[in-house]
Amino acid sequence: MTHELIIAGFGGQGVLSMGQLLVRAGLIENKEVSWLPSYGPEMRGGSANCSVIISDEPVVAPIVTDASCLMAMNRPSLEKFVSSVVPGGMVFVNSSLIDIKVERTDVTVYYVPCNQIAAELGNTKVAGNVMLGAFIAATGAVSVENVMQSLSQTFKNKQHLLGVNREALEAGGALVK
Amino acid sequence: MEKHLMKGAEAIAEAAILAGCRQFFGYPITPQNQIPEYMSKRMPQIGGCFLQAESEVSAINMVYGAAGSGARVMTSSSSPGISLKQEGISYIACAELPCVIVNIVRGGPGLGGIQPAQSDYFQCTKGGGHGDYRLIVLAPDSVQEAVDFTYKAFDLADKYRNPVLILGDGMIGQMMEPVVLPEAKTEFVDKPWATTGRKGKDRRIINSLYIDPAVLEQINLELMKKYELIAKNETACEEYMADDADIIIAAYGTTARIAKKSIKELRAKGIKAGLIRPITLWPFPSEAFSKAADHAKCMLTVEMSCGQMVEDVRLAVNGKVPVDFFGRVGGMIPSWKEIMAAAENTLKGGKN
Repeated sequence: MTHELIIAGFGGQGVLSMGQLLVRAGLIENKEVSWLPSYGPEMRGGSANCSVIISDEPVVAPIVTDASCLMAMNRPSLEKFVSSVVPGGMVFVNSSLIDIKVERTDVTVYYVPCNQIAAELGNTKVAGNVMLGAFIAATGAVSVENVMQSLSQTFKNKQHLLGVNREALEAGGALVK
Repeated sequence: MEKHLMKGAEAIAEAAILAGCRQFFGYPITPQNQIPEYMSKRMPQIGGCFLQAESEVSAINMVYGAAGSGARVMTSSSSPGISLKQEGISYIACAELPCVIVNIVRGGPGLGGIQPAQSDYFQCTKGGGHGDYRLIVLAPDSVQEAVDFTYKAFDLADKYRNPVLILGDGMIGQMMEPVVLPEAKTEFVDKPWATTGRKGKDRRIINSLYIDPAVLEQINLELMKKYELIAKNETACEEYMADDADIIIAAYGTTARIAKKSIKELRAKGIKAGLIRPITLWPFPSEAFSKAADHAKCMLTVEMSCGQMVEDVRLAVNGKVPVDFFGRVGGMIPSWKEIMAAAENTLKGGKN
């Protein structure tokens, strides 16, 4: 099984970190992984995206042009990348910030109100993990436990934040179950 | 073996440290800033020296000095910065000093852009600076190879007393993949030529100025002998499904990885495609291409340039089969579908 993902949003939404969390979790599961960021004169508010591959086989090309899944955190990202998803693929839409619907009928679309759920959990910064929770529940690409483990390594000195991040992953997951 | 998830640029820096590099001189430029950033953090922890010079010209001359004193030394930059270093590289090559230079290539010419490119092939493999000299040029296609080649580069540099250049593109520098890191090196070759203080020994001189033409001719001839030896010992390439291929795709670095995907898809359609990926860009694996030309119908060179390595492929093939070219430039990355279409077109006798 090979998951080829594009995660996109505006700078500051944590799309690059979302991708890193997934590949770290994949590595814990002994999967083959790669993470390739868009790098450019990116800044807060500009656009950012990353190509992520999680696979049982060695990764061939690290750049994703035919995505099995798109996670779009804002509207320009959805508009830019929705055509990159293969027929039968999945599109995750952050419906808190994206007020349009996906017109394609050959992909499965999940509308996830990431920012709204994060606000309800009391920390708007966990919006990305709401999205990841939905993605994980729909694909089983990695486990929530391993995402939590990689998050725990990243947040060595911020262990108090792990709880709300877990809640975010679970809330996102509950939406697609 | 523990796997670490590392960015290519950081992995190159750590591999250098594990290879015993304790001197780093550089000047910032995108997309390789994570190398000096990492060095600036790590070198003070291990008693090494990180120095941000006032320019690329200074940095390469600091490399010249440190190499002359026998240190394992590295500098890194990206295309326009590498251009600035050329005078120093030529001096180091003539003085026969070992050092490692990393070029994480961005689109040119001029200041160009900051996205990945392979348009420095000519500069890196054909000289770049003035005079008859060669660099050993290694082209990794993954973060693991970036680690392995950087680690090996210091040994090659010491063995042949020659600068070694690691040629990656922006993707190699920026992407994150799992890597297994090598053991820290503890034993190093003796350098009886290094200027480490006279201390009663004979005088040692490091120089690249030879006014007497007869002497300079001799120096050149000796360098050529060394380059022949390097070509004999160190030429390396990877062949992928090339044995029975009707079309050979020639590509290096990350482009070769994308081409592998195209080859898989071509094979699925019943088209016999294969890849020859030069690992050493200099010395160039001419023999592999020459042999492949005995059974393949045609070749297609794919580069993120307007066509540079294709000239070496054509020289190697020497007219035996047509060698076509497909490239994207300016920081644009060829897609596997584009490469696939180009290969099908080449096979039909078309020109891309």
